[in-house]
Amino acid sequence: MIIRKPADINPSEITPESVFHGRREFLRRAGLAGTGLLAGSGCAAEEDPAEDPGTLSKLEVASGSPYSTDAEPNSLEDIMSYNNFYEFGLDKSDPARLSGDFRPRPWSVTVDGEAELTGTFDLDDFIRPHPIEERVYRLRCVEAWSMVVPWNGIALGDLIKRFKPTSRAKYVAFETVVRPEEMPGQRRGVLDFPYVEGLTMAEAMNPLSILALGVYGVSLPNQNGAPIRLVVPWKYGFKSIKSIVRISFTEKEPPTTWNLAAPREYGFYANVNPEVNHPRWSQAKERTIGTGFFGEKKPTLMFNGYGEQVASLYEGMDLRKFY
Amino acid sequence: MPSNRQIRFFLKPLVFLACTAPLAWIGLRVIGFGPSLGPNPVEVLQDEFGIWTLRLLLATLAMTPMRYALGKAWPIRFRRMLGLFAFSYATLHFANYLVLDQQFDWALILEDILDRPFITVGFVGLMLLVPLAITSTRGWQSRLGKRWIRLHKLVYPATILVCWHFWWQVKKDATEPLIYVGLLILLLGARLWHNRRGARVKTTGPTTS
Repeated sequence: MIIRKPADINPSEITPESVFHGRREFLRRAGLAGTGLLAGSGCAAEEDPAEDPGTLSKLEVASGSPYSTDAEPNSLEDIMSYNNFYEFGLDKSDPARLSGDFRPRPWSVTVDGEAELTGTFDLDDFIRPHPIEERVYRLRCVEAWSMVVPWNGIALGDLIKRFKPTSRAKYVAFETVVRPEEMPGQRRGVLDFPYVEGLTMAEAMNPLSILALGVYGVSLPNQNGAPIRLVVPWKYGFKSIKSIVRISFTEKEPPTTWNLAAPREYGFYANVNPEVNHPRWSQAKERTIGTGFFGEKKPTLMFNGYGEQVASLYEGMDLRKFY
Repeated sequence: MPSNRQIRFFLKPLVFLACTAPLAWIGLRVIGFGPSLGPNPVEVLQDEFGIWTLRLLLATLAMTPMRYALGKAWPIRFRRMLGLFAFSYATLHFANYLVLDQQFDWALILEDILDRPFITVGFVGLMLLVPLAITSTRGWQSRLGKRWIRLHKLVYPATILVCWHFWWQVKKDATEPLIYVGLLILLLGARLWHNRRGARVKTTGPTTS
């Protein structure tokens, strides 16, 4: 599947949430969920200014996924207005307000390190062989709030195989773009930029790990990590690094930004774990974003509820030590 | 210098309105006027009530240095109102935490207060303000006499704890809490400076009361 060139399209062409939900409901009733729903199939839509996606372009989404949750996704407005993306500012509303100058195209990604195929690739070529799936994932932030996001992305494992990592590749490191002129938060230098993250090879190859290119059938908004970001739903949100420009295969555990900033508070693994509290707050429960003043807090699930898929990765590991 | 009448019928009502304005503004936003509270309104309430507590505590502590600077006693007449408003916002902050944030999960609330230093510090700060609010009336003031002044010195540790509470809950950039810490240092420093000078005047020359 190919992402269309970033021709700006009329917001009214984008599948609105109501249609999105209607379609999911239809497919669920028909027992077809996950068997090839076509997002962005050009439904006529009423304009909804609350969803004004600006210059977002439509994505060709090939299929749904058995890994999607049945939980009701948050609105696009919630997803686009409540973000932690320090490159644009510290406040949750800063990324939406201050990311207007960011140019997600043209974009290239560099692959280097312990792999047979390395180099710098145009984003379109980088992702071209891979079908874009819809993955409706729970997102749990380390700050004890959560959302449900209908990502559109490609399986990270499939992409990694294309570059033929060598036997010495034990970890995959990721790096965010540095563009202080377009990213006002980088000019303040609150964190050591570039933002860097990493996974073990096994984590990266897990079928839950994706590189997201869109949400709700449109290309990623700047504040959500345009044009390409990682999504690892069993880990706290800060692991899911945004606006990626480099992927490196390494033999040693790569440094990760929040771990460097506060090693006692943020570990390399950062798996969602209700039993290991953040030193300054409890991780036992989470607030669901978008439920207003009286939404009940939910108990947080081990591995954010993805234990069936990922618990085996950590067998025999003391998750209190490797937090 | 404002006259008694001006203070009572003009300045005090004005300060009263100014102190209720943040609450009124939040209230309007809650019922849908003004900018939306966003996808996590409980967090916005928590932050707004918290920051106004600290701002009003600093305003309360600014009255004495203002008296020194002006050489007039009238700023002191605003101190009780400002202090009680600070306490009111602190109470709203804590009530929002208990009701909307933790939803009366007493086990978690207790764990928070006992195990999480930044919450412990904020809670102790609030507890220190309780006796001050209770004894803020004229009746208590005369009943306690000199001890009233000693008791009300608790506002200093309380404000220090509130600053600390703010500083410790920040994930990274501590610029904003440090600005408030700086203001607090200025306000406390002004007292020290004034008292020192006062002491020197006392030892070196005749006092003029």
